[in-house]
Amino acid sequence: MSVQIKTIDLEPKRQTFGHIARRLGGDKPATRYQEATLDVQATANFHYKPLWEPEYWLYDTRKTAVVMEDWYKPLDPRQFYYGTYNIARANMQQAVDRNFAFVEERDLLGKAGEAVKARLISGLLPIRHLHWGSNMNMAEICQRGYGTAVTAPCIFSAADQLGMAQIVSRIGLVLDGQSGSSLDAAKEAWLTAPAWQGARRLIEDSFVERDWFRLFVAQTLGVNAVLLDLVYRHGEAAWGTAGLTVAMLTEFMADWRAEEGKWSDVVVKTVAAESPENLALVSQWAKEWIDRAEEAGRPLSVDLVGDESAATAAADAARTRARGLGLTL
Amino acid sequence: MAPKKLGLKQRYAHMTRGLDWETTYQPMDAVFPYDTFEGIKIKDWSAWEDPFRLTMDSYWKFQAEKERKLYAVLDAFAQNNGQTGVSDGRYINVVKLFLTGVSPLEYQAHRGFAFTGRHLRGAGPRIACQMQSLDELRHLQTQIHTISHYNKFFDGIGEFPHMHDRVWYLSVPKSFFDDARAAGPFEFMIAIGFAFEYLLTNLLFVPFMSGAAYNGDMSTVTFGFSAQSDESRHMTLGIEVIKFLLEQHPDNLPIVQKWVDKWFWRGFRVLGLVAMMMDYMLPKKVMSWKEAWEIYFTEAGGSLFQDLERYGLKVPKYADVATEAAEHISHQNWAVFYQYSHAAAFHTWMPDKEHLDWLSEKYPNTFDKYYRPRWEMWAEMEKEGKRFYNPSLPQLCQVCQIPMAYTEPGDPTKIAFRCTEVAGETYHFCSDGCKDIFDAEPEKYIQSWLPVHQIFQGNCGGATVPDVLNWYRMNVGADNMDYVGSPDDRLWSEWHAAKTREAV
Repeated sequence: MSVQIKTIDLEPKRQTFGHIARRLGGDKPATRYQEATLDVQATANFHYKPLWEPEYWLYDTRKTAVVMEDWYKPLDPRQFYYGTYNIARANMQQAVDRNFAFVEERDLLGKAGEAVKARLISGLLPIRHLHWGSNMNMAEICQRGYGTAVTAPCIFSAADQLGMAQIVSRIGLVLDGQSGSSLDAAKEAWLTAPAWQGARRLIEDSFVERDWFRLFVAQTLGVNAVLLDLVYRHGEAAWGTAGLTVAMLTEFMADWRAEEGKWSDVVVKTVAAESPENLALVSQWAKEWIDRAEEAGRPLSVDLVGDESAATAAADAARTRARGLGLTL
Repeated sequence: MAPKKLGLKQRYAHMTRGLDWETTYQPMDAVFPYDTFEGIKIKDWSAWEDPFRLTMDSYWKFQAEKERKLYAVLDAFAQNNGQTGVSDGRYINVVKLFLTGVSPLEYQAHRGFAFTGRHLRGAGPRIACQMQSLDELRHLQTQIHTISHYNKFFDGIGEFPHMHDRVWYLSVPKSFFDDARAAGPFEFMIAIGFAFEYLLTNLLFVPFMSGAAYNGDMSTVTFGFSAQSDESRHMTLGIEVIKFLLEQHPDNLPIVQKWVDKWFWRGFRVLGLVAMMMDYMLPKKVMSWKEAWEIYFTEAGGSLFQDLERYGLKVPKYADVATEAAEHISHQNWAVFYQYSHAAAFHTWMPDKEHLDWLSEKYPNTFDKYYRPRWEMWAEMEKEGKRFYNPSLPQLCQVCQIPMAYTEPGDPTKIAFRCTEVAGETYHFCSDGCKDIFDAEPEKYIQSWLPVHQIFQGNCGGATVPDVLNWYRMNVGADNMDYVGSPDDRLWSEWHAAKTREAV
């Protein structure tokens, strides 16, 4: 037995929009992800060349060297549209707030001792600037990229990077009793400490990258897979007795890497699989940026764990990952 | 002694602009290559006052909550066939105009604010722009989800992105946004952030949402309420931008004034579609366009410009012309769409007696004298089986791309024409406002993709009207022509006949 509320059924004339039906191969019910994403970017009959980049149209497939027959092939396995994205992040943020409350109520960072606190200020907090630089890159890919399937998740990713920069900032404020002094010290380290200069040079170099898909590879396989993983995953030993506390406070970053990586992997894999030319380009870009990120991460690795092993481990993992996506390194 | 705790403002600064740094491995001018060519001078980006202090955690929390509520309503609306409860089947044409004409602009705003969210040198405004970029994506996507249900039953919505890129009247909003996005980052901020989202938002976004509220469209009005707090953030950003630019350097004033003049006029022309919607397409009227103009531009805009006077900024050029035209534009636009409704993806109709009386009352200076007789004549012709369709293609204004059907200021019996010659070619305009815009940047506007020119050049599927409609993916006999006798009309009547039967 089940409860049955009788409703009036009206026969719909069509299930979805024409452009969606053509992609689904017939008039079938479509998901909200599909209706919110597929073909919503303009593709034809643009009016004016941008004053700031007259060599291209606003939306122009020539802004990257890779060529796709259809930029709606690299779909998001998370099926994020704005609503599902924000709900997912709000849920993750609830865990962040609980973890911060837990750590602050027990003063876990205060009890970690001055040496560990100093280590966190110079070794962990400066990464907020790397997140901020990553935010700039993802916003850039969103504005320059082609096709909403790729560009919409990029503005989500930009927001994620800002959110993570702010979580790291909150750790600083817990460390310095909400005075901001640790953040000032960390910024100084980012700007001048030898350990961070490789990372800073790498991200600044990425700011002037003009090919948006090359930038996508640099950011996801270079910055995220090597440098962020170096600090959050392979550099854990650096935090000593505060290791568990840091793991709690950066749980968001670990969850985010696993989840966002699924998406960025699909994008890289799909674009590389399109043609031998794409495969060669994407492979070359991946190799170049993983190598550069490893180089940039070496002094940081030495500073955090005493030798280059964290940089090597992160870069090797990134290479394995890239090969798993079909790239030839 | 315990260290001094940060105030909210300083805490927010650490969370945002404190993240930013002066690059040294790459020159700042290479990292931010686009924010100097427009001639805007910024002495001190740190003087930017953050218009709202939202960190990502609060953003996610607020927005997720709003999304949960909105989608619950959309689901309930679909489950209960809310589309059968709107005021009249004619109302759906408003929804059609919105999804084909306005929603794609939300997408353009999303990408445009991603551009300024990356390329303005100040970190404070960048973050505000990125949040707006996210919001605009939200608006596009929730509008699609809202209207998706209508698309299941009504015609004219199913090919909205394809049509937005091609159909003649949709090039009016499309070229408007292409224009703003093809401009530099500061002009974009004035065009969209200030002129569109602040000065004119109550005349664009709000009338559609109020129209939905008055006409029983629960899903669209719920979207409207849900987007309201986003819109107020956008307004705060728009006003902060203009004040910041004017405060930074006196040399910015003439540049900003030029943009305010241009984007006021550009916006005013696009709003003609809203004017027509308010006066003709809403079965239950909210207010007349003229009333809306008086409240939201003459009064609210007036006090805004009084406030901005201390920076030397003046009321936009041709504001007086626009105010005079408020007596005419809705009628002139409806006349255009009525004549060309065989080539439009929504239906038109001649107003009934009650509606005509309402227009006479709302437009005592102009309606009876200039428009009512024409409507009565066309209604008469319909009755005689001689429904008037205009078989020719209209000449378009080179700037706003609207058919040249507007009249001279001060003489509503004479069509306004202006022209300029550039390199041996003559370019035509509907008004002094559009001509001024062209003359200031001819190299930009000679590029316009004018739908009628393109048809004549053979770029739109063929030489005949059916060829072009086919290229538009217009479902002839369903998407276009009169409401009366359309499949929408038949479906609506069936539903209502069924309701009456059930009630008996």
